[in-house]
Amino acid sequence: MTASLTRREALAAGFGTVLLPATLSAQPAAKPAEFKIGVTTFLSGPASVFGVPSRKACEMLVDQINAAGGIAGVPLRATFVDEAPGTDHLVGEFRRLVQSEGVHAMFQSISSGSCLACTPLSRELQKLTILWDCGTQRIFEENRWEYAFRTQGYGTPEILAPLLYLLKKKPDFRTVAVINQDYAWGRDSWELWKAGMDALKPGVRVVAEMFPRFGSTDFSTEITRLLALRPDVILSTSWGGELVTFVRQATERRLHERSTFVLPVAEASLPTLGRSMPEGHIIGTRGDHWNNHPAPANPQLFNEFVTAYRTRFNEWPIYPCHHMAQAIWALKAGVEKAVAAKSGGWPSDLEMANAFRGLTFPTPTSTITLREDGQGLEDQIVGLSSFNDRFPFSVPKEMIQFTGAQVSAPVGQKSTDWLKTLKPDMIASSGRSIG
Amino acid sequence: MAEWFQDNGLLLGLALLDGLSSAGLIFLVAVGLNLVFGVLRIINVAHGSLYAIGAYSAASIGIFLSGLGLPDWAAVPTLILSAALVGAILGPLIERFLLRRIYAQEEVVQLLVTFALFMILEDVQKLIWGVQPIHHDTAMRALGTIDVPFGADFIPFTNYQLFVLPGIAIVTLVGLALFLRRTLTGRVIVAVTTDREAASAMGIDAAKIFLLTFTFGAMLAALGGALSSPTAALVPGIGAQTIVLSFAVVATAGLGQIEGAALTSLMMGLGRSIAVYFEPELEVVVPYIIMVLVLLVRPQGLFGVIETRRV
Repeated sequence: MTASLTRREALAAGFGTVLLPATLSAQPAAKPAEFKIGVTTFLSGPASVFGVPSRKACEMLVDQINAAGGIAGVPLRATFVDEAPGTDHLVGEFRRLVQSEGVHAMFQSISSGSCLACTPLSRELQKLTILWDCGTQRIFEENRWEYAFRTQGYGTPEILAPLLYLLKKKPDFRTVAVINQDYAWGRDSWELWKAGMDALKPGVRVVAEMFPRFGSTDFSTEITRLLALRPDVILSTSWGGELVTFVRQATERRLHERSTFVLPVAEASLPTLGRSMPEGHIIGTRGDHWNNHPAPANPQLFNEFVTAYRTRFNEWPIYPCHHMAQAIWALKAGVEKAVAAKSGGWPSDLEMANAFRGLTFPTPTSTITLREDGQGLEDQIVGLSSFNDRFPFSVPKEMIQFTGAQVSAPVGQKSTDWLKTLKPDMIASSGRSIG
Repeated sequence: MAEWFQDNGLLLGLALLDGLSSAGLIFLVAVGLNLVFGVLRIINVAHGSLYAIGAYSAASIGIFLSGLGLPDWAAVPTLILSAALVGAILGPLIERFLLRRIYAQEEVVQLLVTFALFMILEDVQKLIWGVQPIHHDTAMRALGTIDVPFGADFIPFTNYQLFVLPGIAIVTLVGLALFLRRTLTGRVIVAVTTDREAASAMGIDAAKIFLLTFTFGAMLAALGGALSSPTAALVPGIGAQTIVLSFAVVATAGLGQIEGAALTSLMMGLGRSIAVYFEPELEVVVPYIIMVLVLLVRPQGLFGVIETRRV
């Protein structure tokens, strides 16, 4: 049997397909019995060192928020999806959660590849999407998204801040080597570093660019080469077990006595490294949420979050926990703002998303503002590895705080282009010592 | 060429030292896989899980014993004993209750079953050890470092990587060769490897040999993991990384070939370390380039023999 459409029916169907979702998204919505969020994170594979703690933080905060009455009187419910099977799987899960499970907001993802694959769905499905951890600069520099927002910093400030710190603290270096994981973040972060370094300190010689296979468990050959080359600075944006392995193998062979390490993502690995982390090397945390932050904006809230997490899970929270918390606090602030704008009525998806543009929400350490392009401005704190009596692992000293606006590419500019325009006087003018 | 060696000879020397320890670890894992395939004719994907569990168990046992005041010098024997323990427990369990049921099945079924076991054991590892990196490097620290001259400079190497890893690999190779050729049990294993039907017809208890061989293969996988644990942080997924390279070694060496596995491991270990010095972008693909080149010339592998297809 075949069905045929008249021209009028076809036109009506076409208009319906295009216009109906937009019309529906602007319709007044009923207050839901629960606010469902779909959370994509790594629950398996090497990146589960980030994903599992972030899920724990999410579960803890959802419990806390629900115990306090929910968001705008609506309890939260989180559904988790594993990023590890890959982007095809994740795109399907994103659709399923929105179209079948009826989630009200999506939280994605740790992997930049996941974010690049799924963010377009926020527009197609017209669903509020919060990018809670991925760092690629491409998301908001190459497109404008109506429903997508990132509630933390991104690669550019997370790389530029340690570079500025290095230039302030140890400005006399002449040679640099890089050893990064061989995937998007490892390559992109090096490109950002190189662009910034060439602008802020021209003439530095790159003596080795090494990108060992993702998931490598032995860096002894790379370390031998670095020992032979004796670079002044060794940059590594690696994370997880690979960073732990590299630092342990390197310190055992006294590489840290020949070169200064710059480790922008070190914080998450420091509890595992314990006393093995050598002192006096540059460490970052993809934000400002160090456990020894000397002056958090809300010390009580900061202490409550850290204590609650430690009590419940018997481990220190690491930066993905803080990023997840930021996303949930942003969600709370945004939804409450949207509900207030409707005088207590429940907002549509579009109204909900509009409430996030320009939103400023408090975190325990600072405040974060979501710019007009959807990108969050998160402060960065960088310091030198050190030990004190309070922590059984390395924490930073001689910390310098860089505001998010100082180290992020302005709206409308691409990071690599912007980094090339930086002038050396930025080294003195940016950042302030906080302890 | 002479000029190149004059410029890079010292670096090449360093690369050779690095390649030796890398080759040692590759060999220990791959030789177990090769042995199991040679006798059981099963491609055991779960071999990678045995490597990972061997590593995790060695670290856990080491941490536990260190807490009890075990002296540092005992760290290396502890690694070997913990690997033997893992192999002795898991090997018979897997062979007896899983593999024995699928010997008569098609190869694809065997592959799927061992892959399923691999996935299950990956989750078991996460349940037991969590997802945060674990490490215990007493064995490496206890043995200290040695300064290798490098022109006017020197390069510190750990004694563990420079001597212990290659040393244990050599002892394993020699011991395995002597065991297979000089002992009755070893000759029986070789007989089953060469012709299973003929060996069974002559009264050899194939089931017993299968159990023994698989347990021994499991011990070797666990030994590879245990010996890697002092140098590497243990995280979910380490088994998957290892099994891929091990398959490349087995395919290149020729299925069931012990000396072939040693030579191939050496080629791949040295190839990778030389690439890190002179063409780092090729480091990842060097083992597979070696594999492709060898298989193009010798499809049966370096030491493999062409088998007549029986109908």
